[in-house]
Amino acid sequence: MAELTALTLAGARDALARSDCSARELAEAHISAIEAARELNAFVVETPERALADADASDRRRASGAAGAMDGVPIAIKDLFCTEGVRTTACSHILDGFVPPYESTVTARLRAAGAVMLGKTNMDEFAMGSSNETSHYGPVRNPWHRRGDNRPMAPGGSSGGSAAAVAAKLCLGATGTDTGGSIRQPASFCGIVGMKPTYGRCSRWGIVAFASSLDQAGPMTRTVRDAAIMLGAMAGFDPKDSTSADLPVPDFEAALGQGVKGMRIGIPKEYRVDGMDADIAALWDRGADWLKDAGAELVEVSLPRTKYALPAYYIIAPAEASSNLSRYDGMRYGLRVEGRTPAEMYENTRAAGFGAEVRRRILIGAYVLSAGYYDAYYLKAQKVRTLIADEFAAAFERCDAILTPTAPNAAFALGEMIDDPIAMYLNDVLTVPASLAGLPGISVPAGLNADGLPLGLQVLAPAFEDETVFRVAEVLEQAAGFALAPGGAG
Amino acid sequence: MSVDKSTVARIAQLARIRVPEEELDGLAGELDKILGWIEQLDEVDTDGVAPMTSNAEGMTLRWRRDEVTDGDCRDDILANAPEAQDGHFVVPRVVE
Repeated sequence: MAELTALTLAGARDALARSDCSARELAEAHISAIEAARELNAFVVETPERALADADASDRRRASGAAGAMDGVPIAIKDLFCTEGVRTTACSHILDGFVPPYESTVTARLRAAGAVMLGKTNMDEFAMGSSNETSHYGPVRNPWHRRGDNRPMAPGGSSGGSAAAVAAKLCLGATGTDTGGSIRQPASFCGIVGMKPTYGRCSRWGIVAFASSLDQAGPMTRTVRDAAIMLGAMAGFDPKDSTSADLPVPDFEAALGQGVKGMRIGIPKEYRVDGMDADIAALWDRGADWLKDAGAELVEVSLPRTKYALPAYYIIAPAEASSNLSRYDGMRYGLRVEGRTPAEMYENTRAAGFGAEVRRRILIGAYVLSAGYYDAYYLKAQKVRTLIADEFAAAFERCDAILTPTAPNAAFALGEMIDDPIAMYLNDVLTVPASLAGLPGISVPAGLNADGLPLGLQVLAPAFEDETVFRVAEVLEQAAGFALAPGGAG
Repeated sequence: MSVDKSTVARIAQLARIRVPEEELDGLAGELDKILGWIEQLDEVDTDGVAPMTSNAEGMTLRWRRDEVTDGDCRDDILANAPEAQDGHFVVPRVVE
């Protein structure tokens, strides 16, 4: 049944509608694929019984003529989303054994659309990392390898398990979350599509919080159309999230096929950062040419404070994280390490429960928020954030969308960067600015580097113009003709 | 400004994370390096710039009636407790 896992999400939806296959057959094919690919460590919880039960229910709904937008489509869920009755730990030791008694809004919407859940995917602990190596459950292996090199490669992060699972055809789509690039960078590393919608499009309710002013859920799929379909099922107003946008959800799929003729595409010169791979710079030029050939006008734009986005992010995100993660105290759920007093119990539990990167960020957050440092660090970073958002607004006066590379480098080998936090942080230098400004952004696989590893291009648009992002991305996808699959997993 | 061992001990205490004495020096070095890199923000002129606190700044916070819309699920909430008794979380003695 290998051909069922080779379908796109849109293809599976149409095959189900034509009764070419059943939801049960699709689920069974993917369950087998997951079992055969366990060495990737992409899943931390597999839910085959649940998947089959979901699939049977979907087949019954379809027989009665009541199928939803994603009915019978098997997907994977990042372990950051609370799933009722299914263990959710954010891949942290401190949430050992936590079984949510409730369902996140995004996963509830996917269920309501008929999607079938295959399991929970591996990720960096609390979504803090760019390589999936900070997971309590060990790193995910990228299904791609450097040509002539067997070393296991990092899938990127934090949504590394979701990216690897989609690339290896273990599911037709997966949810991710993106705080500073955690959907787009792993999508680029694994040769798939990853869409971070406008902040406020998807409800944050029931998603384990990292940095609430930045966290946003989005789809990870193998095609742009698939991402548009899946975002349509995930997005929508939710009164349980005070920052959820009370706007109708556009038909994202309907935005496709319109092309970019007459559109103005901004090329920000400051994104040609020091240390960018030559292959990536060349791919960026090629991407711009593709859009020009499709009838778009290229416009040089300037985002002069781009280089300050990352240091500002590394104040804002840790500050919010140190506050959000104060809830893990060993009292009400998750890990408890005994102590004679409550304070001792907090300190012992948090020492044992948090990994090195999470501890580092909590300490940075506590430091920049502490008395005497708040103005110098936190307030300063918030002002820089204003300037970065203003720069984007000014750039979008001159263009409809912006084209950049997704990351300054391709995937690296596991272990290659983990000992240098700042080098690891620099993976997100091209994705973080749009996160700070709350803008929609997508990574589209557009080519391979000299080592045979996939590279992504990023498209950004003004807030709530997610359709523009999809439109431009589809043109890039068609021009790139990226139909490659990782060796051995295709 | 540089982060030393005693600063790390102080912020670890604020963050309620026990850090073993032998790890303090290493952590001080790491945090000092990261904060040193962050300090390039001093190059940016932010005089008269308002701080941005949220991507939802254009939105107005919604109001709703002050009524119970959720709840009555004590057993669900306690189901994940490391230790529970008689409908309560059990914690170490707070008052001697």
